[in-house]
Amino acid sequence: MEALLAIAVGVLSACGVFLILRARTFQVLLGLTLLSYAVNLFLFASGRLRFDAAPLIRAGASYTDPLPQALVLTAIVIGFGMTAYLAMLALRALSEAGTDHVDAGREP
Amino acid sequence: MSTHAPILPILIAFAAALLQMVCDRLSFQRFVGLLSAALLVLVGIWLTWLADDGQTRVYALGDWPAPFGIVLVVDRLAAAMVLLAAVLGFAALLYASAGFDQRGKHFHPLFQLQLMGLLGAFLTGDLFNLFVFFEVMLLASYTLLAHGGGLARTRAGISYVVLNLVGSALFLIALGLLYGTLGTLNLADVAQRLPLPGYDRALTRLALALLIAVFVLKAGLLPLSFWLPQTYTAAGVPVAALFAIMTKVGIVAILRLQVIALAPAMPDLLDHWLTPLALATVVFAALGTLAAARLRALAAWLVLLSAGTLLVTLAQTSAAVTAATLFYLVHSTLAGAAFFLLAGVIAEQRGPAADLLVAGPQPQATWVRISFLVLATTLAGLPPFSGFLGKLMLLTTLREVAAGTAVWVVLLGAGFVVMIALAHNGGYLFWKHRTLVGPAAAIAWPRATATLALVAAGPLLAVLARPLSDYTERTARQLHAPGAYVAAVLGPAPARIAREAIR
Repeated sequence: MEALLAIAVGVLSACGVFLILRARTFQVLLGLTLLSYAVNLFLFASGRLRFDAAPLIRAGASYTDPLPQALVLTAIVIGFGMTAYLAMLALRALSEAGTDHVDAGREP
Repeated sequence: MSTHAPILPILIAFAAALLQMVCDRLSFQRFVGLLSAALLVLVGIWLTWLADDGQTRVYALGDWPAPFGIVLVVDRLAAAMVLLAAVLGFAALLYASAGFDQRGKHFHPLFQLQLMGLLGAFLTGDLFNLFVFFEVMLLASYTLLAHGGGLARTRAGISYVVLNLVGSALFLIALGLLYGTLGTLNLADVAQRLPLPGYDRALTRLALALLIAVFVLKAGLLPLSFWLPQTYTAAGVPVAALFAIMTKVGIVAILRLQVIALAPAMPDLLDHWLTPLALATVVFAALGTLAAARLRALAAWLVLLSAGTLLVTLAQTSAAVTAATLFYLVHSTLAGAAFFLLAGVIAEQRGPAADLLVAGPQPQATWVRISFLVLATTLAGLPPFSGFLGKLMLLTTLREVAAGTAVWVVLLGAGFVVMIALAHNGGYLFWKHRTLVGPAAAIAWPRATATLALVAAGPLLAVLARPLSDYTERTARQLHAPGAYVAAVLGPAPARIAREAIR
């Protein structure tokens, strides 16, 4: 399980970083989305991985740490808002400059 | 009443933003915005006065005790930064209320949300909550940056947003690592656990280093500072003036983390790299002032220069250096913002030449010329204004440290270069082509008042240098006794031990 999660985080971040370094705004946007998936999975794992355990503290029962789940939830909401804003900004740049290059309209 | 004082700044700004979203009549929004900013200044003064008794006031949100719930912490540093942000916010809002806010929608609610993020970032005592307030501040700043439209702003906006989203991802990774190793995100709790055994030191060190990397990205340390001049130049005048304090958020965050958590347990984390990179930033920014093609770009480079100067001192662990740093921080924030506002006023008076540094019609109003002289003197660090005093304090306290000679050479050299840049460009603006008469546009009184108020801060801080430097000295002494901070947040030691036993 740990190995699977680690590989998923690694692959997602690698793809994310690769896409962020591309020159088109849409690819950069996708890259940021992938990177935020990787970060969310990573945050989730920071409370350790447990099977069959509810995030509720009861006497005697095993439980999983509820705090990282709350952190992930906050991070997802914030990341979603940011991505939506960036999409709007990229659309505006496309309509103003006529191209989706990240350096659109830069004087030579 | 004073028990709830720490949450007041955040509540005022948030309530004002909500009210402004309910009713979008411009006159109403201006009234609510200015009222909120004025209230924030008053609350800032009150908090500073309260905090000056040396106690650290802790406000537990929802009354959950410290390591479990989120706390707001008001000490002298937090209170002073709240006051500084409020003063700056009021001046920038006053300037914006003379027409800039009409160039797009929702300027006023976003401005209040940006203020709320700034104030929250200064007040919070929890690292994840710091992330949340950073995001509130950044999301508002993304939209404020694009306010007014134009391809230059959109393009600057895209790189600014992408860079800061990557920064946010790093921030979250750092927090995840920290929580995974130490099991806490409360700053005082982190400080308490760092010297104890029983955790993975290498991973924790990596987490803290990543955290510092995110903060220096916000502050504009050299390899991560190329976004700053472009972004600040593209932003609208009042927005850029408010942004002058955004680099300081990163600096204050590093200062807090360094003094409270790092200095007792990992004092070598900032050694050997921060000071050289900060000096390189100063050199880079000084060269930038020579190359600037417009007055606003010059102002942006000067903001970067002041951030670099402040970063030089952060690796030092003496209270005297911190006190000088805080004085310089107050001066450079106000002077940097004043320069943006003055650039806007000058652009208005020069018609088509705007704030481009070319020969053109000269500004007519006498107060604009005198303001430029005063502000240039302040920014170049020449006597008798606050820039000179701030730099004098910094250089005096930095004489004893290891890299003292290099710091002296670089800071004095940068001051000289800035003086040349300002004198050269002032000549262009005010003396070249005296015969061309600028448009006789009268400056709207809110713009003139806001600009004059911030320009007057230079002489005023020089007159009030003694009380202010006394206050920064007390602040630095309080900061450098982190035990009191930890005890105030987590309660006295016996209660802590009982809680550890339950865990």
